[in-house]
Amino acid sequence: MAVFERLTRLKSTSRFLRYTTSLCPAHPCTATARIQQRRVHGGGSETPSAAPPRRPFSQVTPADLDFFTRLLPGRTITDPDVLESSNVDWLKSVKGSSEVLLRPKTTEEVSQILRYCNEWNLAVSPQGGNTGLVGGSVPVFDEIILSTALMNQVLTFDSISGILTCQAGCVLENLSQYLEERDFIMPLDLGAKGSCHIGGNVSTNAGGLRLLRYGSLRGTVLGLEVVLADGRVLDCLSTLRKDNTGYDLKQLFIGSEGTLGVVTAVSILCPRKPKSVNVAFLGCSSFENLLETFQICRGMLGEILSAFEFLDASCMSLLEEHLKLTNPITESPFYIVIETAGSTPAHDEEKLHNFLDTVMASALVIDGTVATEETKIKALWSMRERVTEALRHDGYTYKYDVSLPVEKIYDLVTDMRKRLGYRAKSVVGYGHVGDGNLHLNITSPMKDPALLAAIEPYVYEWTSGCQGSVSAEHGLGLKKRNYIYYSKSPEAVTLMGDIKAMLDPKGILNPYKTLPDSVR
Amino acid sequence: MAARVLVGVKRVIDYAVKIRVKPDNTGVVTDGVKHSMNPFCEIAVEEAVRLKEKKLVKEVVAVSCGPQQVQETIRTALAMGADRGIHVEVSGKDYDTLGPLQVSKILAALAKKEEASLVILGKQGTFASEVTIDGDKIKVIREIDGGLETIKINMPAVVTADLRLNTPRYATLPNIMKAKKKKIASVKPGELGVDLTSRLEVLRVEEPAQRQAGVKVETVEDLVGKLKEAGRI
Repeated sequence: MAVFERLTRLKSTSRFLRYTTSLCPAHPCTATARIQQRRVHGGGSETPSAAPPRRPFSQVTPADLDFFTRLLPGRTITDPDVLESSNVDWLKSVKGSSEVLLRPKTTEEVSQILRYCNEWNLAVSPQGGNTGLVGGSVPVFDEIILSTALMNQVLTFDSISGILTCQAGCVLENLSQYLEERDFIMPLDLGAKGSCHIGGNVSTNAGGLRLLRYGSLRGTVLGLEVVLADGRVLDCLSTLRKDNTGYDLKQLFIGSEGTLGVVTAVSILCPRKPKSVNVAFLGCSSFENLLETFQICRGMLGEILSAFEFLDASCMSLLEEHLKLTNPITESPFYIVIETAGSTPAHDEEKLHNFLDTVMASALVIDGTVATEETKIKALWSMRERVTEALRHDGYTYKYDVSLPVEKIYDLVTDMRKRLGYRAKSVVGYGHVGDGNLHLNITSPMKDPALLAAIEPYVYEWTSGCQGSVSAEHGLGLKKRNYIYYSKSPEAVTLMGDIKAMLDPKGILNPYKTLPDSVR
Repeated sequence: MAARVLVGVKRVIDYAVKIRVKPDNTGVVTDGVKHSMNPFCEIAVEEAVRLKEKKLVKEVVAVSCGPQQVQETIRTALAMGADRGIHVEVSGKDYDTLGPLQVSKILAALAKKEEASLVILGKQGTFASEVTIDGDKIKVIREIDGGLETIKINMPAVVTADLRLNTPRYATLPNIMKAKKKKIASVKPGELGVDLTSRLEVLRVEEPAQRQAGVKVETVEDLVGKLKEAGRI
């Protein structure tokens, strides 16, 4: 044990020394960064992203099962085959060993479940669509899975204000279809829309493809109904645009990843469905040209711009190789997906064509195509939305979702490629460049600890060096909980721990997630 | 070598849109609804452009019948590689009652006028899945119930495109720019000697009957019971 500790300390010191010299000279080495470096290697696990030891929660007994079966007849699942898929995350990277899956239909049932679990010290893992990418949506050990799958009712929709109230288990795509029939749309859109639940989206403060235009859930969510750890129902489900009466409690739960309460209902402000949607798919020869195109785009398209996404040539190869998609334009080092949404087709098309004329004439863009028909629009969007899927086919994926200053976004990708060389199978970059959010993904034929050691914590240090966020939109979950200090100060994290202790003193809600092991 | 190919392109309600019947049952709602080129016409245009790229034909002319808006559809064909367009102006009542008979007369008149050796159209006709030009004849492989049939035909000829004929290209920006400069000539059906009066009268348009929801049963006995109830066994 002592030898091991000495070795790790030696390793951390040498890495610390390397840190001061190997990073881009543009990154100042701050004192905080040094403290962060040391704090990460605490915990009791072999790597910061692995699971900590199981905490002393109770185990499920026949008496507990009896209670659940009486409360939720036919909806207390113990069949291991059914449990299998709920125990594994979408990336197939983490697996829990829960033996009980509960499917409540009402807030009252959720309240009773949590009251019981709190009393008997049973850990609970809330689960929506199970599409999370940081291992936050599945149990780590034998936590009881609390699924929102059957809480899928729309409660109200006001077509004048555009305010939708629904249960937390509504699938995002279903809500979109419901709204589109009424001439509205959801303010957020993501690749996982066919499976993710709105409750999960809220609990992770999901960003997505439309954030550029409609803002984040922190602005569009007007109210929440949350069940707290002890079963109390917190009704903050207001449908008011403006309400400055006291502390805004819902903001605590948005993005709390199910660790402060279980979201059971959401009221959300929905924008009108745009009459005219256009998608342009463009090719750029360099990232500088891409950024300049973005500037011009902002200037010329202005208020009709609703999305600005990018993917690199490596992403395109993966889409072609694994999903047999065809590149709509000539091969380019970078590709941009631009979406415009407005109320007057002629006006939008004129603006868009003027913009395209400008960027083509100035050779910032080497090729491109435009779509106005729904099927073509979907086809162009799928080039961006299905990259995650293509990566899954490429091998074991290491995913990094970081916020960086826009000009530095691609530097991280080129840096990682140089650093990892032949050790990695693919190193790709894509994402919400308009929001300063990069999705850096690295694949290897199978899980490779040596590769992981070359990636982490280098990638986090790099991000931290630019004052970026180590998790722009995916959250911390299980995998990134211990990296929180790269983006938040110790005082902030301590306060988070205090709030957690106040709202969930027994720590039964989604344990081992979001907050670092050192806080508890 | 065949000189000119005529391609018919039709502006239709985008096939991803949900079609709704007008409240008075006289037709379907088209106002404010997204329209685009019939996907089968896209395949026809793609085939014509490929023949041109293979230097088997000299010129591709895209034709559409309808009001002012069909010019957009013709522009799309031009952006895909057609050389020029012809807009046959039909609007108002005439457009509502424009049926297959009138369109075929228009296309026949145009084919003669333009001296087109080949007319390629979207589905319903001979379902071509492969087209090649061999000297002054056209070799077509078409799908029939029993499999594939290869035929050699003289020109002028009419070929219709099946889904498997090709995958239409995306119109790329340089071509979209070029298309803006290509010509679209306007012509009236009268000038082609075609009478647009329809011999058909639409009596009523209705949605297809809603599919009834199924019933879930718990046991095999239940299933047998339900089947007996419905008089099925």
